[in-house]
Amino acid sequence: MNSVINIPTSPSSGARHLSRRGLLKGGGAMIIGFSLSGTAFAQAARGMKAGPPDYQAVDTWIAIHADNTATIYTGKCELGQGNQTGLLQVAAEELDMGMHQVRTIRLDTNITPDQQATSSSSSIHRGAPALRAAAAQARQELLARAAVHLGVQAGSLAVKDGVVLVKGEDGFRTVTYGELLGDKPFNVKYTGTAPLKPVSQYRLVGQRPPRVDIPEKAAGKYTHVHHLRVAGMLHGRVVLPRGQRGFGIGAQPVSVDEASIAHIPGAKVIRKGDFVGVVAEHEWDAVKAARDLKVVWREGPALGSSASVYERMRNDKTVDTIIANKGDPVGMMQKAAFVRESSYFCPYQSHAPFAPNCALADPTGDQLVIRSSTQDVYSSRKQVSDILGIPVEKIRMQYFEGSGTFGRSCYEDATQAAAIMATAIGKPVRVQYMRWDELGWDNYGPAHLADVRAGVDDHGRIVAYEYDGWQHGWTITSTVSDSARTKAGVERASGSGSITVNPISTGSMYKIANRRVTSHAVPMVNYLRGAALRSPLDLSFAFASEQTIDELAHAVKMDPLEFRRRNIGDERWLGVLESATKAANWKPKVMGSDLSKADVVKGRGIALGTHHVSYGAAVAEIEVNKRTGVIIAKRLYGAMDCGLTVNPALVENQMVGQMIQSTSRVLKEEITFNDKGVTSLDWGSYQVLRMSEHPEIIPVVVQRMEEPSTGAGEEVMGATAAAIANAFFDATGVRMRQFPMTPERVKAALNSRPT
Amino acid sequence: MAQETRIKVNGHDHVVTADPDTPLIYVLMNDLELKGPRFGCGLAQCGSCSVLADGIEIRSCQTPISDVGKRAITTLEGLPALYAQQKKLAKAPDLHPLSQAFIDNQAMHCGYCYNGQTIKGAELLSKNAAPTEAQIREHMDGHICRCGTYPRILASIKSAAAKISKGG
Repeated sequence: MNSVINIPTSPSSGARHLSRRGLLKGGGAMIIGFSLSGTAFAQAARGMKAGPPDYQAVDTWIAIHADNTATIYTGKCELGQGNQTGLLQVAAEELDMGMHQVRTIRLDTNITPDQQATSSSSSIHRGAPALRAAAAQARQELLARAAVHLGVQAGSLAVKDGVVLVKGEDGFRTVTYGELLGDKPFNVKYTGTAPLKPVSQYRLVGQRPPRVDIPEKAAGKYTHVHHLRVAGMLHGRVVLPRGQRGFGIGAQPVSVDEASIAHIPGAKVIRKGDFVGVVAEHEWDAVKAARDLKVVWREGPALGSSASVYERMRNDKTVDTIIANKGDPVGMMQKAAFVRESSYFCPYQSHAPFAPNCALADPTGDQLVIRSSTQDVYSSRKQVSDILGIPVEKIRMQYFEGSGTFGRSCYEDATQAAAIMATAIGKPVRVQYMRWDELGWDNYGPAHLADVRAGVDDHGRIVAYEYDGWQHGWTITSTVSDSARTKAGVERASGSGSITVNPISTGSMYKIANRRVTSHAVPMVNYLRGAALRSPLDLSFAFASEQTIDELAHAVKMDPLEFRRRNIGDERWLGVLESATKAANWKPKVMGSDLSKADVVKGRGIALGTHHVSYGAAVAEIEVNKRTGVIIAKRLYGAMDCGLTVNPALVENQMVGQMIQSTSRVLKEEITFNDKGVTSLDWGSYQVLRMSEHPEIIPVVVQRMEEPSTGAGEEVMGATAAAIANAFFDATGVRMRQFPMTPERVKAALNSRPT
Repeated sequence: MAQETRIKVNGHDHVVTADPDTPLIYVLMNDLELKGPRFGCGLAQCGSCSVLADGIEIRSCQTPISDVGKRAITTLEGLPALYAQQKKLAKAPDLHPLSQAFIDNQAMHCGYCYNGQTIKGAELLSKNAAPTEAQIREHMDGHICRCGTYPRILASIKSAAAKISKGG
C-alpha cells in the first residue's frame, strides 16, 4: 500500500480542508493576476474594489510587468473558441511583443472591463477594437518614456519583443518595457488617437500561433468551473419537475414534503419563493435528496405537442413585422416563368452542453464570491443582486470555463441557485445541474415555421421572393429567478435580443428586385422557454430559403452553382461560394438528374448562409440509405469570409465545430414534448451526432486583410444544414421540408413520392 | 450507511468512507480531488466520467464503489504511468502520446469531454497498435463531443498510433 487517505465523515477535519482551501488559493492567485513572477505592488490594487473599471483607462486593459511580460485584461471569456489566443495576438501585435510575453486572466467583475456578453461571435468583431486602441495607446506612452530614457526622439525608436531600440553611433541602445514601467500604472486614458499599426506591417495577426488553453486541457490540468471546491462547501441540487411546462408557469410547488428526505444524513431543503433546492455535505447525498424529495407541482395548461406546434404557431395571434420590402413581389410572382412555394418545419433544439451547468457561491465576509461559467459576468452579477437584494458592489462574479454552452443554457440558473442556497445557509454551495435538469429546463432555440415562395424567369434570374416566418422570442429571465421571485417569466418583446426573421439569411445574398420578408412573432406564453442557440434560427432560415433557391435552379434546369453565380449581387458572397465549390471540385449538374435505383444513394448539395455579418458557404456530400432512412454526411466543405482573420487556425477549428454541430442539428436534434411537458431529458431522448456518424470537414478561410474583422463562431452553420438538405434532393429527387431529417421522416418522404 | 471501502487508483490504495452505493465518480472528484474524471450525465451515456479498470474503460458514474473491488483504476492522471508500464518504459512520459497528439492537432474546444476521449482512445491504442478508421469510429462512438471536434479526435488517434508504432 503506497498511501492511505481516510476520508473524514465530518466536514470539520481541519488539515484536509485547509489543503482544499490552499488549492483554491492557487486558483485565486491566477484569478487576480499575481501569477506572473515579479508582479506585485501596483497590481495588488486590482481586485480590491467592485468593477467595472474605467473603460478608457489603459491600465484597465494592460499591465506591463518588470520581467518584460504583459497581462492583458479582456472582457470576453474563453468558451473553447480560442478567443483568448486571438485577443492576445491583437494586443501583442499592437504592443510589438511576442506571444510568449503576454497572457490573459479570467474574467472577474472586480478586475476585468465590461465588454458585455461573449455572444454573437463578438470577441474579435466587437471586443478587439477597444483592446487594440488601448494597446496602441500603451505603446505610444511606452515609446514616449523610452525617448526620454534614451535621450532621443520617439520617432527614431523601434520595438521588438518589448525591447525598445535606437541605433546609435556605437550600435544599438535598448530599454525594455519592463524597465520603463515594471508593474507601475500607466495612468493614461486611451483616446483613440494613438496610431494603429498598418495591416501591411502585421507580423502576428493573420498567423497561426497555437491556442494558449489547449496544453492544460489536454493534460487534464485545466480548471473548469466544475472542478472548483472550497473548504466547508456543501453540494447543492435544484429540485424541478422532470421536463419544463409551458412558459409562464415555471416550476411552482404546491407542497414540499421535507420529511421525505429525513433519511439522508445532513440533507436540507432550501426554499425561496417557488425555488426549491437541496444541500448536503456529500455530493451523492445531494443527488439522492433531489431525487427523493416529494414535491407536488402545479400543473400548467395543456402544452400541445412538438408535432402540433407548427399549426399552433400559424393559428396564433401574432405581431407581424415586415423585415425587408422591395419592389412588388406579389405582382412579379404572377409574371415569373416558374414559381416554387413550400412550408418548412424546424424544431425546438437544445444547447445541450456536454456537462450540465455548475456554479459555486461562497459568502465570505461581507462579499458573495460566485464562480460561474456565465457568458456575461456583469449581467449575471446584476441578476443575482436583483434576486437577493444584495448591492452589486457586494457580489464578485468570477468566470471559469464550463463545457461548451453555445448560448444561454442553464448557467444563469446554476449561478443563481448557488447564490440563493449559499446565502440562505451561510456556507459555500456548489450547484451542479443534473442531465435531466439541463435538457428539461433549457432556454431552447425556438421552433420555426416558414412559408417561402419564389419565382424565376426563363433566363434563370430570380424575379420575386417572399419569406414568412413564425417563431416566438427569447426569455430575459431564468427559471430560477422566476421561481425565487414567484414571477412569471418575461419574454424580450423587441429590440436587441428579440428574435425575428434574419433578413440576411433569407435571400439577401441574391439580386432580387422584388423581395419581402415578414416576421410573425408568436407570444411565448405556454410555449417553451426560448433563447439564443448558436446561430439563432439561421439553420431554419437557410434550410427553408436555400432549398427554395435550389428548386428555382432545378425548375430552369440549371446547375445550382451556376444559378447562384448568376443571381449573387456581392463579391464576398461569390467569394465564399467559389471557395467552397472549388475545394469540393464541384462538377456542374442539374440536381437530382442522375437518380440511382440502389438502396444507398449519393448526393451533393450547395448552400449559402450566415449569422450577422460574415459570409458562409458549404458543399455537402451525403449518402442516403433509402431502405433504413439513415442519412450519413460523408464530407462537408465550408468557406467563411470574416474579413481580417486574426488567426486562420482558430477559425478553421471553429468551422469544424460548427459544421459537425450543424450536421447534428439538421439530422438528429429535436426537443420533444407532450401536454405535460418536455420529454427529451437525456442523450437517448435527445440524440446528437456521434463519432461513428461524423463527416470529414474541409474548412476554407477566405482571408481579407483589408476588411474589418467580423464574427466566426456561427456563420457557416446555416449553409451547412441547407447544403445537406439540398444534397438529399440530389440523391433522391425528394425534398425534405422538416428537420431533423430522421430515418422515420426520410422514409415517410420517400414513400410519399408520386410514382 | 457510510462504510470503509478500499480502492486502488493510479497505483495507490485509498480507503474511503462513504455509502457503498456512491458512484465512483463522486469519490474520484471530491475525495481524491482528481481533475480527470468529471460529471457529464450520470447515466453512462456520454463518456465524460470514464476511467480504466484493469485497463478496460468503464463509466465511473454508474459504478458504485462497492463494485470496484480489486480492479486497478486508472484516471487521466495515471495514464502516462500506465502507458510506461504497458510499454515497459523506464520513466513515465509527461503526457500519454494521445494527449500530445490532441495538442499537436489543436483538437479540442472546451476540452471537457477530453477526459473520456483520452481514456477511451488510450484503451484502443493499448489493444490495437494500428486501428483502422472504421475501428476508431466504432470504438469511440460512446463518447459525445458536443463542440463537434470528432474529426480531430479521429486524426489524433491516428497520429498517436503512428507515433507509438515508431517508438515515439
